[in-house]
Amino acid sequence: MSDLWIMIWKEVKDEVLQGGRQAWIRPLLIIAIMGIILPWELGLGWLAFNNVVILVVVYISFFFISSFIGDAIAGEHERHTLETLLASRISDRAILLGKVIVTVGYTWLLVLVSLLLGALVVNVTKGPGPWTFYAPFSLLIYTLVLSLLSSLLVASGGVLVSLHSPTVRQAQQTLAIASIVLAVLLVLGIRSLPSNLISSLDNNQIAIIILVGIAILDAILLAIALVSFKRSRLILS
Amino acid sequence: MPETIIRTEHLSRSFGTVKAVDDLTLEVPTGIVFGFLGPNGAGKTTTIHLLLGLLEPTQGQASVLGFDTRTQSNAIHARCGALLEFAGLYERMTAEDNLDLYGRINRMSAPDRRTRIKELLTHLDLWDRRKELVGKWSRGMKQKLAVARSLIHRPPLVFLDEPTAGFDPQAAAALHKDLLSLVEREGVTVFLNTHNLVEAENLCARVGVIRQGKLLTVGSPDELRGSKDATQAEIMGKGFTDQILAQLRARPEVASTELQNGHLLIELRQGNEIGPLVNLIVAAGGQIEEIRRGKASLEEVFLTLMEEDKR
Repeated sequence: MSDLWIMIWKEVKDEVLQGGRQAWIRPLLIIAIMGIILPWELGLGWLAFNNVVILVVVYISFFFISSFIGDAIAGEHERHTLETLLASRISDRAILLGKVIVTVGYTWLLVLVSLLLGALVVNVTKGPGPWTFYAPFSLLIYTLVLSLLSSLLVASGGVLVSLHSPTVRQAQQTLAIASIVLAVLLVLGIRSLPSNLISSLDNNQIAIIILVGIAILDAILLAIALVSFKRSRLILS
Repeated sequence: MPETIIRTEHLSRSFGTVKAVDDLTLEVPTGIVFGFLGPNGAGKTTTIHLLLGLLEPTQGQASVLGFDTRTQSNAIHARCGALLEFAGLYERMTAEDNLDLYGRINRMSAPDRRTRIKELLTHLDLWDRRKELVGKWSRGMKQKLAVARSLIHRPPLVFLDEPTAGFDPQAAAALHKDLLSLVEREGVTVFLNTHNLVEAENLCARVGVIRQGKLLTVGSPDELRGSKDATQAEIMGKGFTDQILAQLRARPEVASTELQNGHLLIELRQGNEIGPLVNLIVAAGGQIEEIRRGKASLEEVFLTLMEEDKR
């Protein structure tokens, strides 16, 4: 079993399952909001994928992952488990990537389950008639990719914040503020684009540009996190 | 296996202006429990970090199991076990999963992991509780589990950083017993950081004493006790007059003497015998019922070394 798989196994046991029922409260809350309450309230509007739905999906990914990644690294510092892990043969890269993969994968799985459950709830509550699904289908794909990439963005940023935070609480607070600042900058950036440029693009092109932009940011932040995550630095901190 | 398992040469590590480890030259032979004794902040933990290659030395060099700590730390991590300052257990995981994790990290096969986990937990009386979350355990149990974790991959060398810190004497004695039996059974070399003199005396074949980053002395507990300038004699009996005391104090082989609860306490300078002094006491009218001889305790040696270094 490679180092990365070992870390994924460990993160699932320690961070996702957490050895108790309390671990299920947060994810169930998200599934309840995004998979049951909102689809029930919005009905067919939920399946039409308006901006509000996309915003909810992205916000909930941000909200969930920022609390999760803070615990993954600053939590290990706080609970004094990181030092022992660093004294073992496991590589720095596997520790970091294992945490990021589990955090992002878990969040994305929650989004996927919520969206599928949401479709089911809308169809059950709308009354008789043919079954409908998210339309256009391409927007569902874009939303899922957006959720994945924005989760990776927060996770990579979260690693960097976590590395410089002595406690989980501080890491989560800093990350929450950084997420809001980032979201505001993204909106301002999009609004500052010339209107004729936006009008010349179709929805697919806009979506792809946004996704590529976030993917580039992801790559930069992840590279910085990989460079920063070094044994000697972590021991000293 | 090399005869010397750890070797350091002029090893130093500074943090800003503070020298945490200062010109440490040390050799630890294979197959023993080596105690690294010093007060809090003496540089013991930094030394373990340096030996594990977790920190780079500012000066000097060190090798562990023949591997250079600067350039071959991966090889050292693969071959050593470590129980650092904190137990470092995942409290939201079961005891079995904690050991399983480090078995996986050390590339042990699934059947080997199962066998080894059962072997260690049974030996430490923890097998029946292997499915419990570690967070619900007592500190003593956690520390025992952490010891088991450090031995999971049968390493030839284990670093233990103050394993009984904060324990009550009973819990510490129980862990000492477990440690000794594990060490004997596994044939492992142990580098034990401690400020607990009883621990050092009970467990260690050799002891190094460190203060403010500097190594003050190295030797077996017996050698260290013997190195103190004086050995003690306690004489029980009657008729120990001031005149006898004065005569004893005048003798060159006597470092000090005093009367405590009717017992005559004499500190002899190194290499001297009590016989001639007994003759003197009897000749002066003293009645001797019993004589007890003893070397200074490791605690006395340690305190003397600390005092001498301060001066």
